[in-house]
Amino acid sequence: MMGVEKDVEEPPADRRQEVRTGIALSLAPGLGMFPLGIAFGLLVVQAGMPWWLAPALSTAGFAGSLELLLIGLMASGTPLATIALTTLLVNFRHVFYAFSFPLRVVRNPLAKFYSMYALIDEAYAVTAANPRGWTAWRLIALQVTLQAYWVVGGLVGVGLASLLPGPVEGLEFALCALFVTLTLDAARSSAQVPSLLLAGLSFAIAVVVAPDAALFLSLALFVAMLALRFAVAVHRGRFGDA
Amino acid sequence: MLDPGYVVGVLVIIFAITFALRAVPFAVLEPLRESRFVLTMAIWMPVGVLAVLAASTFRSTAGDDPGHLWKAGVAVAVTTIVHLTGGRRTLLSVGLGTATYVVLVNLL
Repeated sequence: MMGVEKDVEEPPADRRQEVRTGIALSLAPGLGMFPLGIAFGLLVVQAGMPWWLAPALSTAGFAGSLELLLIGLMASGTPLATIALTTLLVNFRHVFYAFSFPLRVVRNPLAKFYSMYALIDEAYAVTAANPRGWTAWRLIALQVTLQAYWVVGGLVGVGLASLLPGPVEGLEFALCALFVTLTLDAARSSAQVPSLLLAGLSFAIAVVVAPDAALFLSLALFVAMLALRFAVAVHRGRFGDA
Repeated sequence: MLDPGYVVGVLVIIFAITFALRAVPFAVLEPLRESRFVLTMAIWMPVGVLAVLAASTFRSTAGDDPGHLWKAGVAVAVTTIVHLTGGRRTLLSVGLGTATYVVLVNLL
């Protein structure tokens, strides 16, 4: 997407430049996250919840889709055990992100803790589409900025709730558009075609088999298919380096 | 009114479970970092995960209402064409794609 890409981990280059690059990489996801954060804040107030619940949820369980679900669950007094199970299922997809998220560039224990805590879909997606050149400062700057869009968006939504009848319909498409462009960026060579086809197949199966848990099931199927693909490649003695 | 104990319970639960799901896999994979399997998965996975996220957000945006499907389809086409012909400027592609969808949904 931008900047000079290097294979090796960078020496302590210019920190300011790294922070700037991280923030620049956050702008596109921010275009989706900020409006969605506003919608989230509006929903919190419209559900009759106190305003501070928006920043509280966005800090405790920084995960947009779960937070949107929780508003309804909390408003109806859903038991804690059900909330725990919902959290486990909705956020389970994050276990797959450790395969390629560049956490290794972060050395400071606190920064490392934050980076794992703030490993949302959008942060993973940006690193997946730009696999090289990550440094601790760039990564943390990206993640802090993404959380700021979400939390500030929520606060703006809470503030707007008394003024507006509702959010602008259709703005949530920004997240879909973002993932489309990131997929295009990650799929530049024909070596990526098998992975794309397997992902499409996984999603199609998941939508038919479990329409309510399609995201989780399709990711699980996709990982299983890749493992099978790996086994086949090893068996044939042919090792794909793509 | 919300019971403070209930709110604290929810916050603690979602923090603990979400953090564990994000952090534990790193600890599990750390000793395997040089393994051929993990290295290969790291190369094969991202593009497919991104495609799944794109399909999933497409579905959650437009899937509820059959009348919105073609509008979202047009917006995805606009996003793709702008991205491939406009020099892969993500902000521009996402901005024009989203504007297309907002206009179609609100004016048609």
